[in-house]
Amino acid sequence: MRGMVTLKSAVEIERMRASGRIVAEVLAAIGDRIGPHVTTVELDQIAESIIRAHEGARPAFKGYGGFPASICASINDEVVHGIPSKSRRLEEGDIVGIDVGVLMDGYHADAARTFGVGRVTGETERLLTVTRSALEAGIDAAQPGARLGNVSAAIQNLAESAGFSIVRDLVGHGIGQHLHEDPQVPNFGERGRGPRLRSGMVLAIEPMVNAGRPGVRFDDDGWTARTEDGSRSAHFEYSVAVTGEGARVLGVAR
Amino acid sequence: MAKEEAIEVTATVVEPLPNAMFRVELENKHQVLAHISGKMRKHFIRILPGDKVLVELSPYDLTRGRIVYRLK
Repeated sequence: MRGMVTLKSAVEIERMRASGRIVAEVLAAIGDRIGPHVTTVELDQIAESIIRAHEGARPAFKGYGGFPASICASINDEVVHGIPSKSRRLEEGDIVGIDVGVLMDGYHADAARTFGVGRVTGETERLLTVTRSALEAGIDAAQPGARLGNVSAAIQNLAESAGFSIVRDLVGHGIGQHLHEDPQVPNFGERGRGPRLRSGMVLAIEPMVNAGRPGVRFDDDGWTARTEDGSRSAHFEYSVAVTGEGARVLGVAR
Repeated sequence: MAKEEAIEVTATVVEPLPNAMFRVELENKHQVLAHISGKMRKHFIRILPGDKVLVELSPYDLTRGRIVYRLK
């Protein structure tokens, strides 16, 4: 985390929007490719080639803290930060969370989506829908003058009302010249608490919702976060600018 | 990429455990189970009993942490 929240100018937000468009392009291409028998390394290669095709753009995750790939690919009970694998093949009914970061012209964008592989159960579909809705609720709460806790509470209420749980150990974050900046953006909290959101703040809002209990543990690889109870977990994320006109998702027409 | 919600503390390594886990002792004498971070594994940084290390603790489970740096 870089100390102190930085406010971005309109020009800086435009740069982040441009990075965000590349992230969106990658997620769309990966979404098109996902299916049974596909490996997560193949998805990583799609991401890397799209990103590098844009002049001046590079994958933000690769080498970040030693992370070895351009995307995180997290399957079923893996919450986030799954490392793409050559040997692990997606299977019908799986869910896979894909997280992508792009750095271009000095500015980052970061977004994620969880995809179903082939046909998934109704309950799995419900987990995805609820998590997506929790992200939407968080974005709607990210208004200038509102408190950060409003965003956190909106996400938490939506997920818990549906009977799911919110991961506590991992949080969203500010984003800009660095991938992770202040403030931390928890997906649980209270309305009216936390710093006031101001125009120029850019937040990576990323609810992580477990079908079972909220506990998470980390694998031996030092990265992969996994639900303690083995239940499935979904993750959706956008980089969101707080502007005078409200919250703006960077790179995606909402 | 999500950030781990964490507080960073200094600790001393007490003993190694299976699966790249270590028991470490914090300055307040509490002992915590910690795993070694991916970055340290990648660079083959060895951790031995007696080493002073930086540990990130989750505020939601103060009995477990992640070793992120070995101090000189």
